[in-house]
Amino acid sequence: MNVVRFIQQNHDQVLELTLEHLRLVGFSTLFAMLIGIPLGIVIAHRPGFNKPVLASANIIQTIPSLALFGFLLPVPWLGERADRLAILALTLYALLPIIRNTYTGIRGVDPAVVEAGRGMGLTESQLLFKVELPLAVSVILSGVRVAVVISVGLATIAAAIGAGGLGELIFRGLAMVDDSVILAGAIPAAILALVADFGVGRLERRLLPR
Amino acid sequence: MQPAAASPVIEFRDVSYRVAGTEVLSGFNLQVQSGETLVLLGRSGSGKTTSLKLVNRLLSPTSGEIRVKGVSNGKRDVIRLRRSIGYVIQDVGLFPHFTVERNISLVPRVEGWSEDRVRARVQELLQTVGLVPETASRYPHQLSGGQRQRVGVARALAADPEILLMDEPFSALDPLTRDELQREFLLLQQRLHKTVVFVTHDLREALRLGSRIALMEAGRLVTVLPPREFLRSNDPLAAAYVRAFGDGRESAANRGMS
Repeated sequence: MNVVRFIQQNHDQVLELTLEHLRLVGFSTLFAMLIGIPLGIVIAHRPGFNKPVLASANIIQTIPSLALFGFLLPVPWLGERADRLAILALTLYALLPIIRNTYTGIRGVDPAVVEAGRGMGLTESQLLFKVELPLAVSVILSGVRVAVVISVGLATIAAAIGAGGLGELIFRGLAMVDDSVILAGAIPAAILALVADFGVGRLERRLLPR
Repeated sequence: MQPAAASPVIEFRDVSYRVAGTEVLSGFNLQVQSGETLVLLGRSGSGKTTSLKLVNRLLSPTSGEIRVKGVSNGKRDVIRLRRSIGYVIQDVGLFPHFTVERNISLVPRVEGWSEDRVRARVQELLQTVGLVPETASRYPHQLSGGQRQRVGVARALAADPEILLMDEPFSALDPLTRDELQREFLLLQQRLHKTVVFVTHDLREALRLGSRIALMEAGRLVTVLPPREFLRSNDPLAAAYVRAFGDGRESAANRGMS
């Protein structure tokens, strides 16, 4: 097959672009977790905040990705480097599933368990770290899993603004009208998504509370 | 029976609790003496559970005050207060991700007990509540309802609190298991002499376990009586309770007649 030949001949480049792709996805997921999990925890405890926060994350999700990349381009520090910009945009997209699942996971903890913990004299932070988070962790991780899979796909579009990644091969293939080049970008991207899905899924099951 | 002069362990002083405009509890005065089992008896919504939660400050009164061992609850560190009071609820609320051992030892552990002391205490408590030592390494979902509630009691006793609050702890159990746990509760109480506030809607349970029964209705305290006197009480509500529970044979006879 042509794709196989193309990848064999250009394996250095494909590998490099795959690593770039991973970097975009990895950083954006990390940032989205650093923002989304605490935010999800806060809105789970303060009922008044959950609607505005979830609605905002929802709205971000509806912005077409290409448009979002375009909007962010003129922003001073960000626009200088396409990868920064791509990571920010991907972070924004990854927020919704992470915030929503953190919220759902914590709200889903049996109220009797929380009340027993509080009644026994656990502080609010002990309650969070010893009870709520361990019981919500698999739900939170399934949000992370969704976020990662979305990011792997969206990151291909980041190549349009020059952020690199496997999208570069896809766009090049489109320009050259060469399916094998498109596939050389698309297949590794699909594999990345599957591997990430599988990996986080396993972690999720391992951490499932009994 | 009760030493009249001794200062009460728990005292409600003219307590009201209002939520969203509804009086859940009003003008509530009650004293619980050291070592007694005071049963709060009443139907759903009568304010029993609310009263209990005011003691360990899961709720704060709208007016009035609750004193525990002579000190007003409002002036206490709430975490210290709760750790000095054992709390058992109907749904047990065991931590599903912890083994029985960790469930029981949570408070001792956060209090910084040594590992040896924790382990010894867990074994001692398992024995106290009639569970085999191997139970320690099991998870709540591997236990029966009765075993779970035993663990719940062991957990409440872990840090050896003087006061025990029990919110319908046996209501969700089948009658035979309930009977067994009630019997064991009595034996336990003979040995430990905790000051217990026990919430139930079951008169039979109240008569069996309580040293005094506080009858509640619509957020008010109707009367407080020892079990024997409760049965003879002229209070219309108390009498209605006694009639409603009757005894098993009477119900069977009624059925036969109709």
